[in-house]
Amino acid sequence: MSHKSFVWLCLLPLVVVTAAFFLVPMARLVVTGAEGPQGITGYLAILTEPRYRATLINTVVLAAATTIVTLIVATIAGMFLQRHRFPGRAVLIAMLTFPLAFPGVVIGFLIILLAGRQGLIGDLTNRVFGEKLVFAYSIYGLFLGYLYFSIPRVILTIMAAVQKLDVGLEEAARSLGAGPWAVQRDVVLPALGPAFVASGAIAFATAMGAFGTAFTLATNIDVLPMLIYTEFTLAANFSISAALSVGLGVITWFILALARSFSGSAVAAAG
Amino acid sequence: MSASAGHGASVRIEACGKTFAEGTRALEPATLDIARGETLVLLGPSGCGKTTMLRIIAGLELPDAGGKVLFDGKDMTSVPIERRNVGMVFQSYALFPNMSVSANIGYGLKIRGVPDKERAARVAELVALTNISGLENRRIDQLSGGQRQRVALARAVAIRPGILLLDEPLTALDAALRDRLRGELNRLLRALGITTIYVTHDQAEAMELGDRVVVMEKGKIAQIGSPREIYFTPQSRFVAEFIGAANIIEAPIENGHLVLPGGRQAIGGEANIPAAVAMIRPETIRVVETGSAPLSGMVDSVSFIGDRQRLVVSGASSKLITVDAPNTVQARAGERVGLLISPDAVRLLPQ
Repeated sequence: MSHKSFVWLCLLPLVVVTAAFFLVPMARLVVTGAEGPQGITGYLAILTEPRYRATLINTVVLAAATTIVTLIVATIAGMFLQRHRFPGRAVLIAMLTFPLAFPGVVIGFLIILLAGRQGLIGDLTNRVFGEKLVFAYSIYGLFLGYLYFSIPRVILTIMAAVQKLDVGLEEAARSLGAGPWAVQRDVVLPALGPAFVASGAIAFATAMGAFGTAFTLATNIDVLPMLIYTEFTLAANFSISAALSVGLGVITWFILALARSFSGSAVAAAG
Repeated sequence: MSASAGHGASVRIEACGKTFAEGTRALEPATLDIARGETLVLLGPSGCGKTTMLRIIAGLELPDAGGKVLFDGKDMTSVPIERRNVGMVFQSYALFPNMSVSANIGYGLKIRGVPDKERAARVAELVALTNISGLENRRIDQLSGGQRQRVALARAVAIRPGILLLDEPLTALDAALRDRLRGELNRLLRALGITTIYVTHDQAEAMELGDRVVVMEKGKIAQIGSPREIYFTPQSRFVAEFIGAANIIEAPIENGHLVLPGGRQAIGGEANIPAAVAMIRPETIRVVETGSAPLSGMVDSVSFIGDRQRLVVSGASSKLITVDAPNTVQARAGERVGLLISPDAVRLLPQ
């Protein structure tokens, strides 16, 4: 047996697994999407059908809002945690990154305990204002849940990036007269740009596709994963749910690629 | 920018010491005056406190309680660096990677709200002064080390600082480039005539650039003086050995002569002490016939360097003596030679 064919033989298990669990189901999904009553135009339904379109917009807005708020919160926290040493710092970091270990269902449960009908917030507002504030079963509750599990991932990335920042750059900017805000704006944030894109992309993709939390909170939240679920299990609408699945994948991939190309030019400009 | 001398502010640091949080004493309380327009070099091995002193003057470190930093007589101790109007060049250059060369140079002016047109003119002036024409729109990662050094200097000078602070600006460059840029930097600093404080561990840089040199050792000032003073009249063994090459000879003294194994060597001035530590620079020793000098020894080795040759002579003193002889002198290992040293060239060091 030649060396080359030996290498190919070693790759065989990978080829089989990839084919069986990735390529074949993907191909089947794409074919199923085109097998509905509208045929191939079923793929356009995600854009043309008002209900699907609204859900798509809802999902993108939710994911974008999650990403932006996560980045703001995590950047401030990450920078502080990386730059300061204080008693209890290690415990605090461990606590902040703890949600990494939770599945989406547990996060959803936590949100219900916090903002559900028997939740803490409702209890508190009932005593103070005489009215229960309940938002766990809506898109706001979902937003809170996504925030909860996006922040740890982003904080860790930002902390690593802050650690690599050259303190000399900040000192140089200060020596040239830049105050604290100008230093952040002109030196620190541009240097963290690649970390923002990398960690933001993960937060965005997670918020686009996560299902467990949404499912725990309510079945009527208007986000794409829930829509796919209801079309598939309740309406048994195989072709539409396949088309929506492919659409969700393509749109998420497209937005991530956009962010990456944008960061590519930003990285180039940042040297 | 004209070549007139005496720009910028005068600096005085008063009893400035620095103890870091974990308890290390980086700098013993030191007092130092720097005249307007002077170039002062802080010279010493790593860990001697020179960078700490520079950072205290810059405002990047606070001195220990009781220490004071004054610019033109005004107390600046609690003024942060961004309001001290100092130009600083860092060892790593710390150029902003997200800005072009001209944006880097103009950054300080932009922060100060200088109008675009005026800023562009000033940037062009500095680009010409530092010889980096054609690089204005480059990114920082497209520059060579020498070009980065020039941009860092241009950026620091653009804001017309009262004081220019340079922290080992040539250390990151290779030897040949360092030598060339040292001359260029000297010309520039003279042309600017601005008060400059320059930190280095390289004595050749200190000699060429400094109006005065502050030699530092273990957080203390060992000696302050002009390059010539530091070189010819070191006040301690540390300074003598750190600056240039030096023969350090410990010997008893009789009737104004050092008594050595290879003969007697006259010393200049009064010396009513029984013994001394003397310093003799290698280039002040002349190699002659054995009969024509009171001191003699045997040549151990000859290293021909080109413009001169370095002889190591044994037997003249209790330790080997290094001699820098002109390249025309004929000497071979194993030969006995006389060593002629002018009494003025023998410097007695305080013990």
